[in-house]
Amino acid sequence: MIWDKAIEAMARDDLMKLQEKKLQHTLRRCQNTPYYRSMFKNNHIDPSSIRTAEDVHHIPPTSKEDLRKNFPLGFLATSRDEVVRIHSSSGTTGTPTVIYHSSEDIDAWSDLVARSLYMTGVRNTDVFQNMMSYGLFTGGLGMHYGAERIGSMVIPIGAGNTRRQIWFLRHFRSTVLHIIPSYALLLSTLIEADGLDPRKDLNIHIILLGAEPHSEETRRRVQDSFTAHAYNSYGLSEMNGPGVAFECLHQNGMHLWEDAYLMEIVKPETLEPCKPGELGELLLTTLDREATPLLRYRTKDLTYIMEEPCPCGRTHQRIARIQGRTDDMFIFRGVNIFPIQIEKVLMNVSEVGSNYRIILDRDDFKDTLRIEVEIIPELFFGDLLRLERLQERLRGELRSEILVTPEVVFVEPGRLPATEGKAVRVIDQRKL
Amino acid sequence: MAHQISVFAENKPGRIEKITRLLSEEKVNIRAITISSANGFGVIKILPDQPKKGYDILRSNNIPTYLQEVIAVIIPDIPGGLHQISFVLNKYNLNIEDAYGFVVESGKKAVLVLQVENQPQAQEILKHNGFQLLSDEEIYRF
Ligand SMILES: [Zn+2]
Repeated sequence: MIWDKAIEAMARDDLMKLQEKKLQHTLRRCQNTPYYRSMFKNNHIDPSSIRTAEDVHHIPPTSKEDLRKNFPLGFLATSRDEVVRIHSSSGTTGTPTVIYHSSEDIDAWSDLVARSLYMTGVRNTDVFQNMMSYGLFTGGLGMHYGAERIGSMVIPIGAGNTRRQIWFLRHFRSTVLHIIPSYALLLSTLIEADGLDPRKDLNIHIILLGAEPHSEETRRRVQDSFTAHAYNSYGLSEMNGPGVAFECLHQNGMHLWEDAYLMEIVKPETLEPCKPGELGELLLTTLDREATPLLRYRTKDLTYIMEEPCPCGRTHQRIARIQGRTDDMFIFRGVNIFPIQIEKVLMNVSEVGSNYRIILDRDDFKDTLRIEVEIIPELFFGDLLRLERLQERLRGELRSEILVTPEVVFVEPGRLPATEGKAVRVIDQRKL
Repeated sequence: MAHQISVFAENKPGRIEKITRLLSEEKVNIRAITISSANGFGVIKILPDQPKKGYDILRSNNIPTYLQEVIAVIIPDIPGGLHQISFVLNKYNLNIEDAYGFVVESGKKAVLVLQVENQPQAQEILKHNGFQLLSDEEIYRF
């Protein structure tokens, strides 16, 4: 059941040694880039003095802002001729970030994705419907190459167009989906609206959830709506894309491929290292990348390391599902809140739908937090009192999760905007 | 037996209009309607002439709707008319969860619609005490 046993189940000591060797190689490559050359110089760092994973603490981290400021060529470590592809993450502000890939980079990345997919049970007999967008976004092409490497039959359908998705699901009996979790939940209701039972009339066994941090409760909902196994995945375009970390069959944390990435968990404010099990920001250093090596890249994703060995036999450490992002946290009356905390509570309550919105507003100089949820028709029994109790229960459970009491608003199904892409959950209407 | 449909609606302009419009477009008539509202939402109870059809119309529009049996009973439209019913039910310890009524003949007859915790038992008791219970068709005949 292991794609590359020599690497994936390598003894920890050997893995550390391999990391150090690759780290030194990466540092040498970094000296080919204008950005790192001047960064080493300005900080009086001799890259050859950095040998171990501990030594990297002396290097200042690299941020998305650094990538933007040094567009287009500041981080390129090869000649332009060696670049075979670029990927880019959509910049909400101005210049996007661009990552260059050599053909060796694409090859190594495809292999990481292949080993991740294989780990969840994807085989050459599978029909792989890839519902992520192709193009500059890494989710589509990244998974495509990995699934092809395994030998699955890939349907490169891309994102959106639900009618066409359902047609392919039915006619090719797709067994594996790669999909955004909020869209998976929307898709199952649209399949039902077509008079099909997504549990019985389709042939889906494995659902790979990506591109959107989600809670355990959401995973369970996705699994229930399709009677399939859903696996969490982690990746970001600056670190190739999908295939950085992935869940194994145990569905308990994601193995982060430590032969390809050196990970650190640090306190976001001070960059001090966190203890194992302590929540902090994930920093990643590429160990294999030729064209765009990155050192201590700030992912802004919050997670922690799960130290205990995994029963699957892989030795690469697991990270917990992403608990939030340093930049999607909002502050309400002085309390730090992550949308995923709210999602966790809502997805555990069967009477409310999968779509929800968090609305922050200000009225008379007082901040308000409103959570809109849809009532599920099947679980409505004509009873006002019952709904009032549900509202009270939700308020109480949310209060114990986020420490403030939000207003809970029930809306009719279909009244919240549904999206085929990443869902916009938080609307902040507070004027400063 | 009589049936009522209960509908979930947001307390927002146009929501009730939508429900009555959907029903009237399909020629479902409403004999009685009552709205109770809570924090930001309400439940509309409708006594239509064709409960199953009304229910199907609203459900196919994805509106949370519930179809249930209720007791519709004739009472005299005089002071104390309502008391006769509550007196009997109270004697048997049956709790009235919800009630609404409409007059069919002023000063003479009214119909009281009841949701009681133990519906079958309440029906038996009311019949036994001489009350006339109405079916969906009978309600509309008045
Ligand atoms: Zn494992």
